Amino acid sequence: MDTRVTSKKLGLKERYAAMTRGLGWETTYQPMDKVFPYDKYEGIKIHDWDKWQDPFRLTMEAYWKYQGEKEKKLYAVIEAFAQNNGQLGVTDARYINALKIFIQGVTPLEYYAHRGFAHVGRQFTGEGARVAAQMQSVDELRHYQTETHAISHYNKHFNGMHHSNHWFDRVWYLSVPKSFFEDACTGGPFEFLTAVSFSFEYVLTNLLFVPFMSGAANNGDMSTVTFGFSAQSDESRHMTLGIECIKFLLEQDPDNVPIVQRWIDKWFWRGYRLLSIVAMMQDYMLPKRVMSWKEAWEMYAEESGGALFKDLARYGIREPAGWKQACEGKAHISHQTWNAFYNYNAAAPIHTWVPSDEELNWLSEKYPESFDQYYRPRLEHFREQQQAGNRFYSKTLPMLCNTCQIPMIFTEEGDASQICYRESDYKAYKYHFCSDHCKSIFDHEPEKYVQSWLPVHQVYQGNCFKPGTDPTAEGFDPLMAVLDFYEMNVGRDNFDFEGSEDQKNFAAWKGDTK
Amino acid sequence: MSVVALAPYEFEPRDVRENFPAPLIYIGWDQHQLFCAPICLPLPPGTPFGALGAAVLPGIYGFHPDFAKIDWTKVQWFKSGQPWTPDPAKSLADNGLQHKDAIRFRTPGLSGIQGSFS
Repeated sequence: MDTRVTSKKLGLKERYAAMTRGLGWETTYQPMDKVFPYDKYEGIKIHDWDKWQDPFRLTMEAYWKYQGEKEKKLYAVIEAFAQNNGQLGVTDARYINALKIFIQGVTPLEYYAHRGFAHVGRQFTGEGARVAAQMQSVDELRHYQTETHAISHYNKHFNGMHHSNHWFDRVWYLSVPKSFFEDACTGGPFEFLTAVSFSFEYVLTNLLFVPFMSGAANNGDMSTVTFGFSAQSDESRHMTLGIECIKFLLEQDPDNVPIVQRWIDKWFWRGYRLLSIVAMMQDYMLPKRVMSWKEAWEMYAEESGGALFKDLARYGIREPAGWKQACEGKAHISHQTWNAFYNYNAAAPIHTWVPSDEELNWLSEKYPESFDQYYRPRLEHFREQQQAGNRFYSKTLPMLCNTCQIPMIFTEEGDASQICYRESDYKAYKYHFCSDHCKSIFDHEPEKYVQSWLPVHQVYQGNCFKPGTDPTAEGFDPLMAVLDFYEMNVGRDNFDFEGSEDQKNFAAWKGDTK
Repeated sequence: MSVVALAPYEFEPRDVRENFPAPLIYIGWDQHQLFCAPICLPLPPGTPFGALGAAVLPGIYGFHPDFAKIDWTKVQWFKSGQPWTPDPAKSLADNGLQHKDAIRFRTPGLSGIQGSFS
């Protein structure tokens, strides 16, 4: 007679429950609120953490196995790429500047995200949210590593990538992504999730990854494409976390709705400003273009974002306050941002250039409402001047927005002839902003943004020179002292692409003797 | 509004006047976006206002073909977005300029490279 044996193995579902929800407990030696001090003070009310829908459905064990397999494949491709001198297969050395932007400004954000998710994973009382945050934290650390490895091969052959971590904490334009993430990490855990998981990962991430990855594919950069594929499955989990967490917050208590709405307003705008650099990369840095920034915005923001906010309307959420201005800006921001880098290229470890005639024509065609009227004449003027030996470099530091920290390059809604100036008085001083939305972010939390580490002001305070620098010495050159502090290789990392070492080397490797 | 925090949250602003050798003044030239953004300069409060057009700005904006055509007696100034009539003979301080004030100017008849506001 057969004896019925109880299986010792748990089923998939039970196992999952045991390895996620089963890992939490109520503390007894110390009160819960003392052990988890951060999960109430923001005003978010959670009544039942069990309603949290796990977006990942992965146990840690399965996670390691799955990611390990993916990583093996990725490193095989990176290795083959290096063996075959894959860097010679890219369309043009100008393309490498998109990778410089990526390793300088995006990769360090992966590391910040890793830290941020590790922090919030510790602070939530709900186990489901904690496990999800923990896995995303590990994802972000992996992305930081795989991006660094994938791009390190290019660093052997091109300038502008050798000191990206050092630059992230110092170089003027990198304070834009840095301050974005520090703002998020210094909010409470629910604000962090709304900022990073929802506003950035869910609403805007396609505008970051798709242009870089399809740009890479179109320009012969298989190493970056492979990284993109490897990260893609993680990104889709992150997006799911973003939408699940926002629905969870909104369903838990009606009092959460206005708090979440304000965070969405703030973080949509901060994310949008951060993407200016992607807009510029897409329209100017890809020798073989994919689509314009404007087209990408229409596809990924206006279409899918529009549908999303219609869907969220049932919770009482409307589209972000800056939505209309962001949509209007699609015809302008890439050109305005490129001009900032063109102006200040002496102090930036990338190359800029005036696009070729064919490329200018492409821009005219893609931006019929703005390019010929506002932007083409100055690019042609710059080219004319450069050919006459008078390449323009601005040597005077720009005025920055106190919130997004981007130079004040953006124009009034509906009037591209006029730079947009906004200001607020707070205690004894004035604070300046590029837009109504950056101003309103400041006005809501002025105590936070009076601490902004604005690179221009820091230079003038004397904080961006190496120790021992004497600004009173005869012949002191402040710009050179700042570039020394940045540890940039002046003449190799910076200045126009025309005449650069990258340009010359690439031509020589390709046997191009034009 | 103010920051929601667990503990008192009050910090010294990073950009107080004392942290700089001279007050910061922001200056923008309207409709000339060839220069991507307004500029930021520490300027001694005793500097005569007229020195801006005569000595400070030429080195900054001289690259632009419109700059040499500016008639400084016709320039329209704005301070914090409002029309403003500074006295060129008086100092920046006597014209009421303080740390982190933003001023901008319009040059009637000059609207950038081929009228592109650049």
